[in-house]
Amino acid sequence: MTAAGRAGEARAGWAMSSPALAAILLFFVLPALASLALSFTDFDIYALADIGNLRFVGFENYERLTQNPLFWKAMTNTLIFVAVGTPFIVAMSLFAAMLVNSRWLKWRPIWRVALFAPYVTTLVATAVVWRYLLHTRYGLLNYLLSFFGVPPVDWLGSPTASLPAILIFVGWKTFGYNMIIFLAALQTVPRELDETARIDGAGWFARLRHVTLPAIAPTLLLVSVLTVAGMFQLFAEPYVMTQGGPAQSTVTILYFMYEEGFKWWNLGSGAAVAFLLFLCILAVTLVQLTLAKRSGAI
Amino acid sequence: MILRRWSVTLLAALVALLTIAPLLWMVSVSLMARGEAAQFPPPLWPASPTLENYRELFGNFGVGRFLFNSILVSTLATALALLFTIPAGYAFAKLRFKGRDAIFRMLIAALVVPGQIGMLPLFLELKAMGLVNSYAGALVPWLAGIFGIFLVRQYCLSIPDEMLEAARIDGATETQILRRIVLPILTPIIVTLALYVFLSSWNDFMWPLIILADQQLYTLPVALAANSRQNVQDYEIMMAGAVVTTLPVLILFLALQRYYLSGLLTGSVKG
Repeated sequence: MTAAGRAGEARAGWAMSSPALAAILLFFVLPALASLALSFTDFDIYALADIGNLRFVGFENYERLTQNPLFWKAMTNTLIFVAVGTPFIVAMSLFAAMLVNSRWLKWRPIWRVALFAPYVTTLVATAVVWRYLLHTRYGLLNYLLSFFGVPPVDWLGSPTASLPAILIFVGWKTFGYNMIIFLAALQTVPRELDETARIDGAGWFARLRHVTLPAIAPTLLLVSVLTVAGMFQLFAEPYVMTQGGPAQSTVTILYFMYEEGFKWWNLGSGAAVAFLLFLCILAVTLVQLTLAKRSGAI
Repeated sequence: MILRRWSVTLLAALVALLTIAPLLWMVSVSLMARGEAAQFPPPLWPASPTLENYRELFGNFGVGRFLFNSILVSTLATALALLFTIPAGYAFAKLRFKGRDAIFRMLIAALVVPGQIGMLPLFLELKAMGLVNSYAGALVPWLAGIFGIFLVRQYCLSIPDEMLEAARIDGATETQILRRIVLPILTPIIVTLALYVFLSSWNDFMWPLIILADQQLYTLPVALAANSRQNVQDYEIMMAGAVVTTLPVLILFLALQRYYLSGLLTGSVKG
């Protein structure tokens, strides 16, 4: 190939990639970095009106956050969502994937699409539907539970039931996505391996633990990392279903950031929250990767 | 064996029914007369199905406007995302230029940074550009689609280099190669990407909520959320609103599910 041709190729490469790179720089990288800078200022409604009111305040926003009970409430709620929600959703997704992967299953594509459908629905719309499904008196869920003798639960009105209620909704909404990823991994596990273990007398749970799970360990890691990130980013769910209540039991970090930034216009403090959220996601993901490495999954 | 086959299938059917029950109930309640849903035990089926709620929705609530906004924003977001990401994805896979691999590695690392981190500065940035409270403001995040670039690049890697070289020797320019040779090969992944961006922008909530202040510009999810905070008691109307919001994307997915699921797997199995 000629030198001129090479230069032309490089020129074309830059010409084709630079619009996208410019957009990423301008609308993604720059705001993310600016978030850190903004968190060291007192940017508020006065600075919004006149930038001259802006002051550099060092770590003051972070200090103020540590003294704010609502911030800690949001932090705790989100960590509960992560700690309880992740295993719940991963287990649910894996169960669904194993069911759909079962060799005895008929009409597989129908069940796969039905289980995946909630994932593509509009979050706000299904949150509205679920708020009604979870209604204490007229909701379908309490009606179903009444057949098992369970008295009506005030799902979205009690501080202890509201978080599990949202978790059930989030699980319903997202498990289909993880299921598809698990299905792809399960299809690479040789059937003979499972068959041999069965002939050797291994039960369902033993085969799951010693055959299936080790074979899909990297996928298990991938799905839990994705689920953790998702749990840290809950926003529309509490916004539509509970507005953070009752008694602030469903205020998540992102919900807190939204109110701080766009309700009270404390953009400096909101940016500090955003940056802390990023550190949390990073820290938990690194812990997951370390654990996975130590256990030999990757 | 036959017993086993049927019990597994029965279990799957039961789980599938439970999963789509909320969606079926949503449609059913949206066809009920006013006040019919507020009963115990909850009725599963409307006594006499009516489209009254939809008439009210498009009449008094002006949902047609929000539907138009949603279609406009999602269509433009899809077109812009394709315009920006397809050439970039191809360039990162097949065109040799200095710094290409380093830049691509940085993009992959940036995938773990959630977009919400920069939302407040992005809002200020767009305010300075005069784009707050406009369709353009709602479209901006879709231009910066790293995932799309990644998807297109993975697909482009399978195009044989000899094919591109042959075209170059025949005197084709790089733009012609992209248009006449690469684009036709990319058709399946373009459908996947278009579907993915359309569904994501249609379902997006937090960013349009922040950037669109004027009710005339609300997309369906933003309008539905605003109404759901006020008309908590009108279950039938709210369910009709949920149907209008989510049925278009659900139907689109069902029609093109093969493309959507294959794209999801390409994206999740990161090499």
